[in-house]
Amino acid sequence: MSSQSMIQLQDVCRHYSMGDTLIPAVDGISLEISTGEFVALLGSSGSGKSSLLNLMAGLDRATSGCVVVQGSNLVELSREALAKHRLKTVGMVFQSFNLIPSMNLLENVELPLRFAEIDRNQREMMAQKALERVGLGKRIRHRPSELSGGEQQRASLARALINQPRILLADEPTGNLDSKTGTEIMGLIREFNQTLGTTIVMVTHERAIAERYAQRMIFLADGKLVGDQVNSGIEK
Amino acid sequence: MKLYDVTELALRNLRESVLRNSLTTVGISVGVASLVAMLSLGIGLQQLAGRRLQKSGLFDTIIVTSRRDLRGFDREQEQNGPAPADSPVLNEEARAKLAQLPNVREAYPDIRFVTELRYDDKPHLTMVAGLPASAKSNDAFDGMQGSFFSNDDAPQAIILKSFAEELLGRTPKQGEAEPGVAELAKPLLGKSFILRYAERTSPNSLSGSGNASDNLAAMASAYSVISKEMTVTIVGVSELNPDTMRGQAGARVYLPLKLAEGMHVMQPSDLRNASSQGAGEATYSTVSVRVNNASKVGDVEAAIKKLGFNTFSITDATKSLRQFFAILDLFLGIFGSLALAVASIGIVNTLVMAILERRREIGIMKAIGASDSDVKGLFFAEAGAMGVFGGVLGVALGWTIGQLINFGTNVYLKRHQFPSEKVWLVPWWLVGGAIAFSIIVSLLSGLYPASRAARLDPVQALRYE
Repeated sequence: MSSQSMIQLQDVCRHYSMGDTLIPAVDGISLEISTGEFVALLGSSGSGKSSLLNLMAGLDRATSGCVVVQGSNLVELSREALAKHRLKTVGMVFQSFNLIPSMNLLENVELPLRFAEIDRNQREMMAQKALERVGLGKRIRHRPSELSGGEQQRASLARALINQPRILLADEPTGNLDSKTGTEIMGLIREFNQTLGTTIVMVTHERAIAERYAQRMIFLADGKLVGDQVNSGIEK
Repeated sequence: MKLYDVTELALRNLRESVLRNSLTTVGISVGVASLVAMLSLGIGLQQLAGRRLQKSGLFDTIIVTSRRDLRGFDREQEQNGPAPADSPVLNEEARAKLAQLPNVREAYPDIRFVTELRYDDKPHLTMVAGLPASAKSNDAFDGMQGSFFSNDDAPQAIILKSFAEELLGRTPKQGEAEPGVAELAKPLLGKSFILRYAERTSPNSLSGSGNASDNLAAMASAYSVISKEMTVTIVGVSELNPDTMRGQAGARVYLPLKLAEGMHVMQPSDLRNASSQGAGEATYSTVSVRVNNASKVGDVEAAIKKLGFNTFSITDATKSLRQFFAILDLFLGIFGSLALAVASIGIVNTLVMAILERRREIGIMKAIGASDSDVKGLFFAEAGAMGVFGGVLGVALGWTIGQLINFGTNVYLKRHQFPSEKVWLVPWWLVGGAIAFSIIVSLLSGLYPASRAARLDPVQALRYE
């Protein structure tokens, strides 16, 4: 593993059994992602890109192989240690935003800080700042249902980055948004990548978005890595 | 997660499904209320019985006899104590010694004698006994007509209802209805009768000192017996007998103890003493020792035995009474807990439903860093909070029911001319205990749902719509 390496996968498999049949969602993938890289995982539906992202997030455990993130092999970690990995090392955004509907934006964003046992006052200040940064400073008391999709995804981004993780894992972050809002969100993600040096791994099936923002594009099909290329046409 | 955060999140979650959680909490409170209601009834009845028994003086009294007089009430005492001939005499000095033992409230001699009294110029033969001033609180006098003695040596008497019937010539024939106490007391209260008795006088020179030959010489003239009369006023007529411990030997006419003592009535033991050593001094056939607390009877009894006297008490009865109430409380507690058991199933149901409903939320929490123990703690706290609310509400409900029942019982007792009683008693330990029990039951009920929530696979949970 190089000194620049943030994520390193070695012959990673994730097989699901459905009755008697074994479905290889991720099938022997090896790759390395450097610190500060913006990587897009591309592939058609069912190609295994979300499963791979979940393995890097520590939400799921590989059936075999090694998933080394920031020096620790997630396959060997306990459930508690994996939770800590999700809390501190990675931040996640999802296609469907995944904000908790009964909480307002401030409460949603400060939720990871509760898990990190940060004091109440500090927590509120940090959450407020994070929301201001994504342009939602005036909507902190609103519930998710009172916001547009774009606003919800911004709040979700604020929540993902509140613990200052080194890696942002984004699963189709613009999938539920119109193209204008999608562009705004992608602009924010790129900003984080460039200003904070956050490593970005983004799952998308829209090649155009990947070509526009990602430095590197990794192609998956049937759980296998079928292409890995540096994106030369990236928008500056 | 910090405890404060867990609690805050738990309360927020409870507020989100307010109807379902309130209904579950009401379920718990009904369970707790039934437990409190049952147990406080048991406690109330136990205290009521205890109070009655304490007032009766049955269970805090030890009857002390000299081993020289009546041969033992039980064989063990005879085998273990000193030989009768070596045992101490039960006289005033011994009484004073008994009164000074720890935990002894009072020690008084039993003065009782059979004598003749004249009322309305007709003679009546009966047992007369002295009553100490402390007997005023005796339960038997609760419904007494008239009043207790005005002081401890007033020439006054309290008579039993059966004797009142005899004095008035109104002893009911078989099958006849008994006249009421009030009816019997009316013509008797304030009236006097003449008490005839045999006074034993002992010359001062024969106080027991001196050498043996002097005593022997004095023995023949140890005391003299003089017939005396005294006019006594009836101040009270009681339906119940304060002297139940004596059974058939119970008196029917009671005089103030000091008065009875001062009369120096010749006692049966005096006859025997006339032919034995120490004839000059007056001895008591029995001394009653009253103990501060019924539970101390055993200790005091042991101390008295050490002094060389025989004792008799009825502690075993309180023991079996306590045992009875322990069993009663147990069964009442079990019945009361049944409702709480049903309520605990409600908690499990509510929380399992909440897991299904909040499956996605649990997935989100895990995705952003919640550990298994965070999720478990959250559900556990929700169960605990329902337990706290249910417990407090239940105790309040149980207490209210208790007050209503107390009120109802007292209305009923009043209608039947009984003094009011506190049948229902909720002690502080029961309040605390019931709330604690409610929380424990709720937490136990939350165990399964909480660990189920903690075990949820986040990937699966996030897919859940």
